[in-house]
Parts: sequence; structure tokens; C-alpha cells
Amino acid sequence: MDCVVTGGNVKVLAKAVHSLSRIGDELYVEPQEDGLALRSVNSSRSAYACFLFAPLFFSRYTIPSGHAFRCKMAIKSVQAVFRSLASLEKTVEKCHIELEEQKNRLTFTLHCKHGLLKTHNLSFQDSESLQAVFDKDSCANVFRLLVDAVVHFPPSQEEVTVSVSEERMWVRNHVEEEDQSKAMLTELCLASDEFDHFSVQTHNNVTFCLKELRGLLMFAESTGLPISMYFDEPGSPLVLSVTDSVLEGNFVLATLSDDTIFRSLVRTQTPPPPPDDFMNDDIDSYLIAMDTSIAPGPSASGPPTPPLADSLCQKQPAAANHRTRSYIDEKEDDLASSERPPNKKFCSLFFGSVLPPSSQMNTQLVTSQEVLASDSEDD
Amino acid sequence: MKFRGKLVDVACVNHFTRVITTISKLTKTCVLRLTPDNLFFVLSGKVANGGVGMWCELPQANFFDEYQMEGVSSEDNEICLEVTPENLSRALKTIQCAKAVKVKLTRKHCPCLTIAAELPTLSSTSRVVTHDVPVDVIPRRLWHEFKEPSMPDFDVSIYLPPLKTMKNVVDRMKNLSNFLVIEANLNGEMNLKIETDLVSVTTHFKDLGNPPWGKTSLSPGSRDPEAMAQARVDIRKLQQFLMGQQVNPSKAMCNIVHEGVVHLILLHEDVSLQYFIPAVA
Repeated sequence: MDCVVTGGNVKVLAKAVHSLSRIGDELYVEPQEDGLALRSVNSSRSAYACFLFAPLFFSRYTIPSGHAFRCKMAIKSVQAVFRSLASLEKTVEKCHIELEEQKNRLTFTLHCKHGLLKTHNLSFQDSESLQAVFDKDSCANVFRLLVDAVVHFPPSQEEVTVSVSEERMWVRNHVEEEDQSKAMLTELCLASDEFDHFSVQTHNNVTFCLKELRGLLMFAESTGLPISMYFDEPGSPLVLSVTDSVLEGNFVLATLSDDTIFRSLVRTQTPPPPPDDFMNDDIDSYLIAMDTSIAPGPSASGPPTPPLADSLCQKQPAAANHRTRSYIDEKEDDLASSERPPNKKFCSLFFGSVLPPSSQMNTQLVTSQEVLASDSEDD
Repeated sequence: MKFRGKLVDVACVNHFTRVITTISKLTKTCVLRLTPDNLFFVLSGKVANGGVGMWCELPQANFFDEYQMEGVSSEDNEICLEVTPENLSRALKTIQCAKAVKVKLTRKHCPCLTIAAELPTLSSTSRVVTHDVPVDVIPRRLWHEFKEPSMPDFDVSIYLPPLKTMKNVVDRMKNLSNFLVIEANLNGEMNLKIETDLVSVTTHFKDLGNPPWGKTSLSPGSRDPEAMAQARVDIRKLQQFLMGQQVNPSKAMCNIVHEGVVHLILLHEDVSLQYFIPAVA
């Protein structure tokens, strides 16, 4: 493999690597006929991201002929090549990526101003091909997403719930049931005309991790590309994608499955929801009719009894709540070592080709767990 | 109990945010008292919070364009809520560009202060973001704990040097000791001191000036202008106060009750913030 990236595209490449680093610890590199694929997956296999840079993205693009080559390496070391994004833009004129198969090295050479050369020799491991199975075109709901949708949520916020109707989209922070009484709830309401494209077929809520979305947003913001979001129903993957004539990025994220979503849905329905809090100026509809007496104790002014819907939903069986983690973590100890999976309740996306060929185990898993990423591939 | 307020001016939203952010740096929870004319953020000096007390007063008219409230009863026309200023601050920080912000007491999954903002967009409809910040309604029988603290019968009152300078000094001293002695006299001199087995450090400030507090308590001659009044305080408490500072006070003062309490006062046009740090032996 031998490719050269010049000018502003170096920064695009760098940003892509940075946003992939939000997903997992390893970068899977695969030079293909149709371009250079950079991929990453998180340790719990609930999030996957892929950037495909078309040959036209490069000023030179040649791939090893005869045999397919693919490798993986620590994403941190690749990030180190593109460490300072700010200075990258000013100083780097071109970036040369070359494979030295004899030495098992991938060499990144940055050609900077004043003839300065920075060479990074990165060792790599062979890897299987990493490919999530998803089909964004079959998703019922499609949006071209706004970039500033996430600023309202604190960096510590792990998951958000997106729900849609014909005219609006709501983005809420997802709060575990047990923390709900004390947690701050944030809701952003976006009208359909704020989107370039807004197509809704099913009124669904999906809950997914914010971290990866932030990663892609970072990339989209710097390249000025709009993000499209595709999703179907709770439990099936949500796809975020950016496309350009010379590159394509897809982030596939697991979503929380139905039962938990149901609860967060209830949250929005408990007080009969007005179109939104802001437009409604009628003060009386929001008032708290609470304790006005001095007597008889703190209980009188305690939190109001939960509305009916709330108590109903608590009776939901908690059976489906506890989900097993994908066994892939254990198989690949290098992945498992680094970080805990972000949320045990997330289902794993399955990567047919990466899985060891114990097909029995795979199907068992699929049948025993209630809801999985629907696009898993049976071996 | 009803409460609803609306802020429309960007400067007001900004100012309000800064006040609340300052408070959020001082305490995890505090009490918000709403009266027809004022908002008070109160932390009563209980042992549980290390004896530190806070009293912050905001005239509602200086912030709110619309302000409606109805207390628990006509004779007690007030609302007392326990709030987490950090949450309020976080909610407000993201809506600095809002066209209008509404703050309301609502009943959602629990009693909440709902902060709803209308954000500008390119399209015809506005984007609306709402933050529901859970609050606890405080029953009236506990209200007596949240009255304005009386001005302590201090020995010395002095204007503080620029808070940033003071912060730099205190930050350095914190590396050396957990306690700091703050002392001042009526001659406009203030010293910040730490003393450990290994090292003693003192920073001297002079010509700070002493605020004229009427004639009664500090009539000249009743106290030797050179005599220092001092208090030994937990350095973290003082640091917290200096660190969270976002109000840009027009006046900053310090009253010291000799070996009793340090009473810090920040005044900024419409806002006053008082902070009490008890002396330790």
C-alpha cells in the first residue's frame, strides 16, 4: 500500500482518526479497491465506525496487488502522528502512508514546511476484516442532523433518547430509573424545518450513547458535512453517516432495547405534555399544588405521589433488564482489557466475519437474549 | 405555590448565570427563597457544612422581565426550595444565546424548577430546550433556618485587595498548609499567614481602606487602629470562595470577629453575596 494525502485532506484524515478514537482502542486499516477503509469498534461491540476514503481522496493510491492486506494497530499511536490538529493545518503539506511488508510496518511520513520530514513507523498486527452488518437504507426514519444538538448535555451524559413525530424531534438525556427523582432532565425540541431532510414513518424512541455521536459531530463540524441519522426501532442499530464525493463515514450504534425505552417514554407522557413548555404561557397549568400548611411534618411537603403511569411502569417485569455482555470481549482479551463496556444493557452488534466460527454459540446467544441488534448475521 | 419568571435580555441571562455559577462553586446544595421582590440563595451555617454560611440576594426586577409568584399563603408570601446550584448553572450555561428564558416551578416527575429557553434558529420556528431541575419544597416550619444572618459584631472591617491577587496568594499557601490566618486592623492593613513546623509565610497588604460602617460600632478611638483582629480558617473554604468568583464585585469587604468568624461581602450593583467562614482553633 502506498498512498499520499495532500493539503486540507490531511486534516480530514486526522479528524477521522480522532473521531474513531472515541469508539475503540484499535484502528483497523484495510486498503480496498474502492478506497482506504479505517474502522474501529468498541470493547463491548456496541458501537462500530468506519470511514472509507475513495481513491480520489488521495493524490496517489495504490494497493497491494494479488492479496488482500489488512491490519490493526493501537489507535493512540496513529493519533500521535496527527497530534496537533491546529498546527497540522498550517505546517503539513502532505502525508505519505506506506506499507513495508517486510518489516511489518506502516510508515506515516509528514512532509512539513521548510522541508521538514516527520516519519512515524508504526508496527501492526494482522487482523480479520471488521465489518458490521447493517442496512441504513431499510431504516424507517431518516434525518439530516444538526450539529449543535448535543451542547445542551453535559460531557458526563452517557446516553440520549431521540424520539420523533411528524413535525418534531426531541432529544432527551436518558436517566436510569433509579436515579430519576434527583436527576436533571433536559429536553431539546427541534422542528422538522430545522433539518435538511426529515422523514418519519414510525414514531419511535431510540436511546444510544452520546459519546460516539460527539465523535462524529467533531468530524462533521470540521469538514462541514451534514450528518444523516437512520434508525428504526428500539434495539436495532442506529446509523449515523456522513458522505461526500470522496469519503463516506458510517457510525453504527446499538440502541437500548424496548423495555427500558418504554420507561423513558413514560417519563415524557406523565404530565400531559403540552406542545412544549415554552410556547405555553398559561401559568396555571404548571402550578404546583403542594403543601401550604405549617403542620404536620415534612411528609406533607414531600414529593408528590408519582402519577399513575409511573407506578404502572414500575410493575414491568425487570427480567429483560439484565443482559449478558457479548462474549467477544473474553475472546479478544486485548480489547477487553482497556475499558468496561459503556452500558451493560446495550446489545452487541455482531460482526459475522470477526466471530470465531462457533456458529452454535452464536445462534444460542441470539435466541436467548431478548432483543439484539436486529441486523446480526447468522453464520 | 406558583412561580414563573421570564428573562429576555441577554445581559440579564448572562449575569444571572454568573451569579448562580458562583454559588455553585461554593456549595452543592442551598436554599432558594423566592419572595415577591427578591431571590435569595441561602446556606445556613450548620455544622454539617463545616459552619460555612452564605447569603446571596438578587432583586428580581433587575433580572426578570416578568415575575409572578404566589407563596404558600398571603401572610407568608414566599416559596422555599432546596436546589442544586450546579444543575441550575449547567442548564443556564447552554442557553446564553437564548431569545428568552423562562424559569418556572413545575410539577413533573417530582417538583422541578423548569428552565425553558427559546433558541434562535435559521428556520421560522424556534428551537426549544427545557431543563427540569429537581427541587425539594421546604415546609414552612423549617423556614426559620433560612433568615438573613445578622451582621456579626465584628472587630475589624476592611476592603479586600483584588480578589485575583488574593486567590494567587491563597493558592500558593494551600500547598503548604491546611489553615490560614487572616488578620486585619483599622489602619487598612491585612495579612494572610500560614505557619507550619517548617515554614511561616505572610503576605502583607496595606492601604486597603476600612469601610465606614455608620458611627456606632466602630467609633474612632474605641479600638487601636494598629491592633490586629485575626481568625484562623480552613484554607480550602477561603480558596473555594476566591476560585468560584464570577460576579466581578464593585466592592469586596471582609469583616473579622477576632477568633470568631470571617465574614466576606461582595457587592455588585444589584447583587450582594455574603459568605461566612468560622474560625478554627
